[in-house]
Amino acid sequence: MTILSLLCFAVLLKEMVKILMHLITLAIGLTVLWFLLSGYFIPLTLALGVISVLFVLWLAHRMDVIDHESHPIHMTAKGIGYYFWLLWEIIKSNFNVTIAILSGPRSVTPSLFKVQASQTSDVGKVTYANSITLTPGTVTILVEDNKFTVHSLTSAAKEGLQSGEMDRKITALEGFVAPGSEGAG
Amino acid sequence: MELLLDGLSWITIISGSLFCIIGAFGVVTLPDFFCRMHGASVIDTMGLGLILLGLGFQTGLTLALGKLVMIFVFIFFTSPTGTHALARAALYSGLDPVATIKPRTRMQ
Repeated sequence: MTILSLLCFAVLLKEMVKILMHLITLAIGLTVLWFLLSGYFIPLTLALGVISVLFVLWLAHRMDVIDHESHPIHMTAKGIGYYFWLLWEIIKSNFNVTIAILSGPRSVTPSLFKVQASQTSDVGKVTYANSITLTPGTVTILVEDNKFTVHSLTSAAKEGLQSGEMDRKITALEGFVAPGSEGAG
Repeated sequence: MELLLDGLSWITIISGSLFCIIGAFGVVTLPDFFCRMHGASVIDTMGLGLILLGLGFQTGLTLALGKLVMIFVFIFFTSPTGTHALARAALYSGLDPVATIKPRTRMQ
């Protein structure tokens, strides 16, 4: 009996730590945002800033919108590396699309195809679909479960996506989901 | 140093503007709705990114730079959502993306 209650307590404590972690990171984010937008360091504005940060924290907590979905801190560490890679991909495909545009409408070979997303969580799928759309030359036009319908402008863009490199990279990011925090959205 | 930064921001802002013009050109000349979206995506990645980078060289390490980074980040995350919503709306209102793929002469 005592073991059971101890176990319950441990689980509860773990949940609380998780919630606290989310609240703290949100507070840091909000504070940075506030400093960037304000730029004033007078006591009055600082006090107002603290009050508004606390108010937003309370509001977010009450609305129950802070969880691993809306606030994926488990993805940040690896995420930064991924976004640098994505930036480089975007630059490359920008040149590709620019050349396609400049060589006239007859040079493009638009096509429609499906790609399989291997991510299990909603955050992962959204990241993948968003990355596809963000890369010029490919746009996700329909998402059904694990199948994305993609429209591509050139065959190079199509082949780049079908190689599955982006899909693998995002799934690797997702592997970071802490054990216990059910990955499936 | 001043000259170098000015030069860099000249180069990036002008090339960013060039990408914006090319993107706009693509929006006008590409064959159908779904292809035109690709032209628009050149504008809000490369065009916007380079112009903001150029402006960043002008502001130096100040709060304004932080604001420029924020503009970039927000557009980075919201523009694909907008593009996707547009594509989905077009698809559901009956625009056929396959129509222009096979018979190319359709547009002439």
